[in-house]
Amino acid sequence: MSASILAGVLLTLCLVGYVWGRIKSGALKTGGMPLHSIPAYHGYFVALWCGIPAFLLVLIWLAAENAVVDALVISSLPAYLTAGVDDARMSLVISEIKSIAGGRIFGTPDAALLEAAERYNALRETASLAMFVCALVVATAGLSFARARISPEFRARNNVDGILRWILIVCSVLAILTTLGIVLSLVIESLAFFRRVPVTSFLFGMEWSPQTAMRADQVAAEGAFGAVPVFWGTIFISAIAMFVALPVGLLSAIYLVEYADERVRSTVKPLLEILAGIPTIVYGFFAILTVAPFIREWGMSMGLSVASNSALAAGGVMGIMLIPFISSFSDDAISAVPQSLRDGAYALGATKAETVRQVLLPAALPGIVGGVLLAVSRAIGETMIVVMAAGLTATLTANPLEGVTTVTVQIVTLLIGDTEFDSPKTLAAFGLGLVLFLSTLALNVIALQVVKRYRERYE
Amino acid sequence: MTVVETTDASGMVMTKTAEGAEVLAEAAVPAAGAHDVKVAASKVSVFYGEKQALFDVTIDIPARQVMAFIGPSGCGKSTFLRCINRMNDTIDICRVTGKIEIDGANVYDAKIDPVLLRARVGMVFQKPNPFPKSIYDNIAYGPRIHGKAKAGSEMDAIVEKSLRRAGLWNEVKDRLREPGTGLSGGQQQRLCIARAIAVNPDIILMDEPCSALDPIATAKVEELIDELRERYTIVIVTHSMQQAARVSQRAAFFHLGHLVEEGETERMFTNPSDQRTQDYITGRFG
Repeated sequence: MSASILAGVLLTLCLVGYVWGRIKSGALKTGGMPLHSIPAYHGYFVALWCGIPAFLLVLIWLAAENAVVDALVISSLPAYLTAGVDDARMSLVISEIKSIAGGRIFGTPDAALLEAAERYNALRETASLAMFVCALVVATAGLSFARARISPEFRARNNVDGILRWILIVCSVLAILTTLGIVLSLVIESLAFFRRVPVTSFLFGMEWSPQTAMRADQVAAEGAFGAVPVFWGTIFISAIAMFVALPVGLLSAIYLVEYADERVRSTVKPLLEILAGIPTIVYGFFAILTVAPFIREWGMSMGLSVASNSALAAGGVMGIMLIPFISSFSDDAISAVPQSLRDGAYALGATKAETVRQVLLPAALPGIVGGVLLAVSRAIGETMIVVMAAGLTATLTANPLEGVTTVTVQIVTLLIGDTEFDSPKTLAAFGLGLVLFLSTLALNVIALQVVKRYRERYE
Repeated sequence: MTVVETTDASGMVMTKTAEGAEVLAEAAVPAAGAHDVKVAASKVSVFYGEKQALFDVTIDIPARQVMAFIGPSGCGKSTFLRCINRMNDTIDICRVTGKIEIDGANVYDAKIDPVLLRARVGMVFQKPNPFPKSIYDNIAYGPRIHGKAKAGSEMDAIVEKSLRRAGLWNEVKDRLREPGTGLSGGQQQRLCIARAIAVNPDIILMDEPCSALDPIATAKVEELIDELRERYTIVIVTHSMQQAARVSQRAAFFHLGHLVEEGETERMFTNPSDQRTQDYITGRFG
C-alpha cells in the first residue's frame, strides 16, 4: 500500500467525519435543541479527532518500522553470518540484503542472504499493510468517539480551540528542537576536533594551513590549525562591507523617509528591495567578473599590486548586498519616530537636516544599531560571495588589495572533495563553524535586545 | 514697538550672542500698547490637494493678548493656526493663498525664510513632545541651532530663565540632566512651552495644549498662559469653551472652514451675533 493511498483514505475519512459531525449536530438543532457551538465546530471536532491520532500513529510507525524489520531479519540469519561480527560489519550485511531486495544483485551472493532478502521484502509488505489497517482502525475509533460526544451542551468550539493550541505548541517545539539538534551535532563534532587540536592553539594560533596526510603512507605537512588569520579575514571583509553598506543604506533611508515625496518613495523603495532579492551567487558573479577586474586594473594603473581575489572586491560587493538590509531597518526606525517630534523641531525653527541629525537620528538610533548588528552577523555568515570572490590563503593583512580568506570559505574548502570524517582537517570545519555560530548568535542576541529596548520606548 | 520694529527676515537673525541677550532683556519690558495688531491675516484660504479646508479668513490678532480659536472638530482652526508659522509647509499637498502679516511683513513672501519665521513664532502642540534628550538640552536646543547663546553660563542663564517663565524651574532645577520624557504629562507640556520661550519668540501658538492633560495640570498651564500674556502674543486653539472663557481676551469662532465671528471673549460668550456661534456655545452642536 503506497503512502499516497493511505493519505487519501485518511483525508476522506476526515471529510466524512466533518460532514457527519455537522449533520448530527445540525439535526439536534433543527430538533429544537439549543446548541452550545455552531454545527461547523462539531464537524471540525470530529474531523480532527479522526485525522490527528491516525497521523501520529503513522509517523511513529514509520520511524520504528526500519529498526524492527532490520532486527527481525538479523535474528533470522544463520549463525555463521552473525557470529562474532561487529556493528559496522553487520550494517554492511544489512545494506547488501537491502540492495538484493531492491533487485540490485552484484556477483553471486550467499544463498542465506538471498533468502534473507526475500524475507525482508515479505516483512516490509506485511508491515505496511499492518500500518494501513492500524491507521484505519485508529481513525475510525477517533471518529466514532468524537461523534458520540456530540450533544447540545457539548462545547465543540472550546474543544477545537484546545486542539489547535496543541498543534501550535507542537510546531513551535519542533522548530526549537531542530535548532537544538543542529547545535548539538556541531558541538559534538567540534569536541572531536578539540581532542586532536587544543582549543588555545586553535583560537590563538597565527598560522592556518590545514593540509594533512589523507593516508598513512602519504608525505604531507602536519597541518597548522591557528584560526586567527581566518577570523581576521572574516572580520576584515565584513568591515569593508559595512563601510560600504552603512553610509549608503542609512543615508538612502533618510532620503526616502524625510525628503522623497510619495511618488519617488513608491518607486525607489521596491527597486531597493530588488537588491535584497538577488541570490548571493549572482553577487558572486558580479564580484568576480566585474568588480575584481575593475579594481585590479585601477590598482595597476596607479602602480599598485592588486590580488585578483582582493578583499576589497569581496567586501565591497557584500556591502552592496547589505544596503537594502540596513536601509529597510533604518527606514522602519526613522519612520517610527513620532511625527510630533518632527513638528516640535520644525516649530523651533530647525531645518530639515538639523531635525534629522539632532532629533530623528538620536531617537531612531537603537533601531538603527539593531539593524546594523543584524547586518554584521549576516556579513560574517555570508558564504557564496566570498567563496567566489575572496582568496583561499589565510593571510594576516590590513591591505584591502590583498587576498584574504574567511571562515565560511575555509569550511567549504575543508568539506569539499574526498574527506575522511575523523581527520583534524575535516573536523576543523566544525570547530570553525561552532565559533562562527557563537559569534553570530551573540550579535543577534545583542541586536534583539537593543531593538526591544527601542520598542519599549515608543509603544 | 521697539523690539518688533524689524519687518524683514534678516532683522530677526540674531547671530551675535550679545544681540541675542539684548533682545532677551528687551522682550521682558512690555513696550507695545494692548491694541496693536500683531498678526493681520487677510483672505487666507488653505487647500489640501483639491479639497479646500479654509475659506477667505480675515482676522487681526492683537499684540500681548490671548486669542482663542474655538469651533467644532475639523472647522479649520488648527489649520489656520499652522499657517501663521508656516508649519503647513511641511505637508506636501497643502497650499495656502492670501496674506498673513506679522508686524506688517507677509510671512508668505518669498523673502521670508520659514525656518527663521518659526524661531519668531513658537508653537506648542496638542500632545507634549519633548525630545528624547535631557531637560537642559530640550530647552537649549532652539538657542543652540539659532546660535543665540554660547554654551556655558550664557546658555545656563537662558535655560533657567525659560524654565522660570514656564513655572517649571523649582520642580526640575535639581534634575536638569535627566531625560525630559521622564516628567509627568503636565510638566512635559510646560517643558515644551519653556522650549518655545527659549528662542525668544514674539508669538506663541498653542494647538489644544491641555487636551492631553488632567484638570490639575490644565489649571497650571492655564495660569502660565495668563502670565505669559505680559510678554507674548498668544493664539490658542481649544475645544473647551470654559478654557477659552478663562484664558482668552478675544475669541474667534470657526465653522466648516469659515471664520464666523470674532470679538472680545466676554461679548462672544454672552451676546454672540451669529446664530451658529450661539448654537455652538450653548452646546447645541459640536
